[in-house]
Amino acid sequence: MKNSSRRGFMGKAFGAVAGVGAVASLYAMKRSWDPLPSVKAAGFTTLDMSAYKENELVTEKWRGKPIFVLKQTADMVKKAQANPKDMERLIKIGNDYFMVCVGLCTHLGCIPGYNPDEQSFLCACHGGMYDFTAEVTKAPPPRGLDIPPFKIDGMKLVLGEEGPEYKKMLESGTTLKV
Amino acid sequence: MAHFTKATSLHDWLNQRLAIDTLRRVLATEYWIPKNINFLWAMGMVLAITFGLLLISGIFLLMYYQPNVNLAFDSVNYTIMQEVGYGWLWRHVHGVAASVVFLIIYIHMFTGIYYGSYKKGREMIWLSGMLLFVAFSAEAFSGYMLPWGQMSYWAGMVITNLFSGGSLHADGLVEWIRGDYVPAQAFLNRFFMLHVLLIPLAILGLIGLHFGSLRIPHVNNQDGEEIDFEAEAAKYKAGDKANSKVIAFVNDFMSKDMMVVSIYLIFFFYLVFYHYDFAMDPVNFDPANGLKTPAHIYPEWYFLWSYEILRPFSTNVGLIAFAFAQVIFVLLPFLDRSPNAVPASRRGLFKFWFWAMLIDMIVLTAMGKVPPEGAFSTIGLYAALTFIGLWIALPFVTKLEKKV
Repeated sequence: MKNSSRRGFMGKAFGAVAGVGAVASLYAMKRSWDPLPSVKAAGFTTLDMSAYKENELVTEKWRGKPIFVLKQTADMVKKAQANPKDMERLIKIGNDYFMVCVGLCTHLGCIPGYNPDEQSFLCACHGGMYDFTAEVTKAPPPRGLDIPPFKIDGMKLVLGEEGPEYKKMLESGTTLKV
Repeated sequence: MAHFTKATSLHDWLNQRLAIDTLRRVLATEYWIPKNINFLWAMGMVLAITFGLLLISGIFLLMYYQPNVNLAFDSVNYTIMQEVGYGWLWRHVHGVAASVVFLIIYIHMFTGIYYGSYKKGREMIWLSGMLLFVAFSAEAFSGYMLPWGQMSYWAGMVITNLFSGGSLHADGLVEWIRGDYVPAQAFLNRFFMLHVLLIPLAILGLIGLHFGSLRIPHVNNQDGEEIDFEAEAAKYKAGDKANSKVIAFVNDFMSKDMMVVSIYLIFFFYLVFYHYDFAMDPVNFDPANGLKTPAHIYPEWYFLWSYEILRPFSTNVGLIAFAFAQVIFVLLPFLDRSPNAVPASRRGLFKFWFWAMLIDMIVLTAMGKVPPEGAFSTIGLYAALTFIGLWIALPFVTKLEKKV
């Protein structure tokens, strides 16, 4: 009896030490799977907004992700004004309106294709559709394409920095944080 | 210390130290298999052989493969395919075996379902088998990343995005899994590690468990008959082999098993030499490009059925349906409420359930391959709903079943 209770104590002591060790190792393992600091510190992308043509989709790159830039035609802006949700998604630079968003479908991350004649995006993976402001028009995507953090700097747009216009979009729920 | 005597032969020397005679008896010559079985009972051995082929071909691929985003594509498509002597053979064996192994797994699974080999003490066989299916799926997915072509990249993107949990929007988790915002070097390296070390280790362990889980309940037979293995084995050992219901695993059963394996290997190497292209998606011969999605993204054929269950619904419902499809087969022994462990043909309504499930999975597979448009979308939706409905109906269908 005396022996077995002594063994029991040793068992419990070992269990406690092993438990602490297991938790500590799991934490180290989790941290080793984290993105590296060099990856997280991935830089900023600056776009010169005077170079884009109307209704012509250009794909830029930010943090390894494709960024769609679509300069709106006067006609599109008129259509967007009829729908406040669409209008909130556009970025005004000088006298022009731009749709700037992460070009990854909000369903499962494929890149939707743009059809300039129909002024809409179609994701070939699961058939999701978006209008010219990248607001969703057909499921399965749950929401419009996400807008990356941006700051307006004259005729330039800095991706990765959070300007007041971007913060307003976050607050109003126009986009989620990317 | 045990008592050792001077060995009379190499066999005796080993036997004194490793008990090789006992091992051979327990694992082979006195491991009993029912006589009343058919060629479908050889699928386990076919799977073991296919796993061996994957392991051997994988070892040779590993010697030249480079897990680096800039080098991976060329190390596969140039170095292995064009420079390494017979490198193409290892690649085609590996690719074809990765595809065919799932065909055999599905046959093996549906054989088990048809003959009721997941009940009455055989639950652990089913559960360990399903764990093996999960491990093989993870192994197939991680291996698919390695050539770093367009399909590798975009399959990696889509599948890791599943972990964001739809509206839960757990992007942090997705980035943690990838080690980057998008699939990149960290992603390729960790999936390489999973593919060549961690998952194969898990598979080896699970194969041990799967074999072990067979020992006490023994292999099922064509009629689900409860055999008294000890009494039948005694008859066999007494020389009355004709009246015994069992035979020895080695050599009796193995000789028939290897006959099936031989036929399978002829089919297998026919595919390797003449039709390897079915396991090589042409889109994956374009190097990975994060700024261009292929027109259609679809998984390899063996994942199409579960992909099609995800596809017709909105994100959240789709994810729930997909998660349901992934785990529901595991629960089969507990959802089947009937005490009968006999072939489906003698089980009343379950017979129709079995064939409906098999046909529905084939329809889902076919619909998963075609673009999600028009009639295909509709058929896919109904097939997905049928899948879910069949599983919900299973406890009721089997509860109503009469005892045979």
